[in-house]
Amino acid sequence: MAELFTISLIWSTIRLSTPLILAALGGLFSERSGVINIALEGMMLAGAFTGAAVTYATGSPWIGLLAAIAAGVCIALIHAVASIRYKADQVVVGTAINILMLGLPGFLSGAFFLSSGSTPQLPIEQLIPRAPIVMAFAFVPLTWYVLYRTPFGLRLRAVGENPEAADAAGIDVAKMRYSGVLLSGALAAIGGAYLSIGQASLFTRNMTSGRGFIALAALIFGKWRPVETLLACLFFGFTEAVTIQMQGVVTLPSGEAIPVHFIQMVPYVLTMVVLAGFIGHSRPPRALGRAYEKER
Amino acid sequence: MKLLFPLVAVAAAFVVGGVFVLLIGDDPIETYRLLIGSALWWPDGIGYTLFLATPLIFTGLAVSVAFRAGLLNIGAEGQLYVAAFATAWTGIVFGHLPAAVLVPLCCVAAVGAGAIWGAIPGLLKARFGSHEVINTIMMNFIAVALASYFTQYHYRVPGDAIMQTAPISANAYLPRLGQAMPGFPERIPLNASFVLALLACGAVYVFLWRTKWGYELRAMGSNPTAAEYGGISVRRQIVLAMAISGGLAGMVGINEVLGYRHRYYDGFSDNYGFTGIAVALLGRNHPVGVILAALLFAILTRGGIPVDAFTQHVTKDIVQILQATIILFVAAEAFFRTPLTRLREGLRRGRLNG
Repeated sequence: MAELFTISLIWSTIRLSTPLILAALGGLFSERSGVINIALEGMMLAGAFTGAAVTYATGSPWIGLLAAIAAGVCIALIHAVASIRYKADQVVVGTAINILMLGLPGFLSGAFFLSSGSTPQLPIEQLIPRAPIVMAFAFVPLTWYVLYRTPFGLRLRAVGENPEAADAAGIDVAKMRYSGVLLSGALAAIGGAYLSIGQASLFTRNMTSGRGFIALAALIFGKWRPVETLLACLFFGFTEAVTIQMQGVVTLPSGEAIPVHFIQMVPYVLTMVVLAGFIGHSRPPRALGRAYEKER
Repeated sequence: MKLLFPLVAVAAAFVVGGVFVLLIGDDPIETYRLLIGSALWWPDGIGYTLFLATPLIFTGLAVSVAFRAGLLNIGAEGQLYVAAFATAWTGIVFGHLPAAVLVPLCCVAAVGAGAIWGAIPGLLKARFGSHEVINTIMMNFIAVALASYFTQYHYRVPGDAIMQTAPISANAYLPRLGQAMPGFPERIPLNASFVLALLACGAVYVFLWRTKWGYELRAMGSNPTAAEYGGISVRRQIVLAMAISGGLAGMVGINEVLGYRHRYYDGFSDNYGFTGIAVALLGRNHPVGVILAALLFAILTRGGIPVDAFTQHVTKDIVQILQATIILFVAAEAFFRTPLTRLREGLRRGRLNG
């Protein structure tokens, strides 16, 4: 087990956790405001595709990153309008967005790059391999501060816990929820862009491969709190780093071999266990998933 | 109005899709002609459309039953993977049994495995109150990893480069339409599962609207508190509804393994579980609606192939864009309700002419 903890494994854990942290913090803003966000996956894909495509077109990864954020916010706006304004079921809307983002990047790259589903390769000097990592780790204390030490954070939590009372106290429930969902789009998109213009050098079809859902799992495992969520992301990033490093089978000191499939399951199984209350209890925001009907 | 609305949503989605096609410089009319037209050719178009509709009817029914009980089953995808693997496993391990025993046994394995995989999140909700949406999402990933583990380590033919199990016994094959109908090519994989899908629709209808259990299930869906006061055990209903839902999703395994590939093929599902959500929503959670919606999505899926091949820029991804837009429009019904009701009221008062 000792040779597991090498410098390269730690570095690999940090890199693999970064997109999870960004997306999970995004999910945190949305869910603390009371809107379930299972569309993190789609929002990450929007960021990944737009980041790579715009970087290719302009030659600047920074413009690419900004465009990725804009794309994430646009996708989040669809989610917000449908689920807040038109009170559509939040889970159903999230599913629709995930399906949309499986198709839309392929559709656009087919038209603009004449390829099926991927963007052209970017030269190495047009990548930003470090900045998103710094952002991810800086956003954790920032999120904590915003959530617990600012009026904005207080209002956000209030509409997620008890929208009726928040409304009575003069808080605009819809506005707070829009902010939460749009922030989630921006953050998840940075996480996605990191995959395409940070880790890889192009966008490929469905390149997030479930990371949005792992981020959601980390958010629940982290009990919807920033620091705990960071730890959960690091842990899930670590399990992924181990599976990559071991390429197939992890051998325990006792000589027993565990196939990677079982290590891949760890985040999902843990989430279910925590949600059921076996290891501590993870309680969702009270009004999570409920559209708010303003009393007249 | 209730029946008109899904049509409006589909039409609106096609308009949105058409705008996308226009934006990238292609002809929407030509694209839609290819998308829908090719699916209706005899025999390949129709044969494949009905074949592609089969899994969608099963998953659409699965999501509908859960919806009727007030539950959201995002886990049909995982349920059908577990079920397909169980079907193949049964078809391999009990391959020596005669067809009359083996085929029903495989079907029971499919339904049973799906039902168990569906019942687990149901149990967790009933017992611990944990949200079925999160648990079904997590169980999708666990299902895929488990099936892929067993395929890779235990049931693959040694040396096979493809991630698939060994073939099932020929005794477990379901007959294809080509075997029953002279002139219909046998290469088209449309098989007896399609009939099974239609029977399942009938069974779900009878169950939901003609039995006490179905009544209790719907009662819980419309008002769990009232149902509880009315003496219905909500906890038991949650588990039951999720098990039935999972079992229906599991029937996809029958079509895939017994009717089509005759083995478990890793990653076979073309998002059937998620498309099932679209099918259920568009079909208004009614068995007849589910058949119609499944046919629509099957037509689109089939039509994606010629669109890919014969248009300048449009790829088959247009299908997913349309699917997602349809779900959004159906889910955000209120978006249309206001203009539609206004239009209707306007028509009634004759103001539109004035």
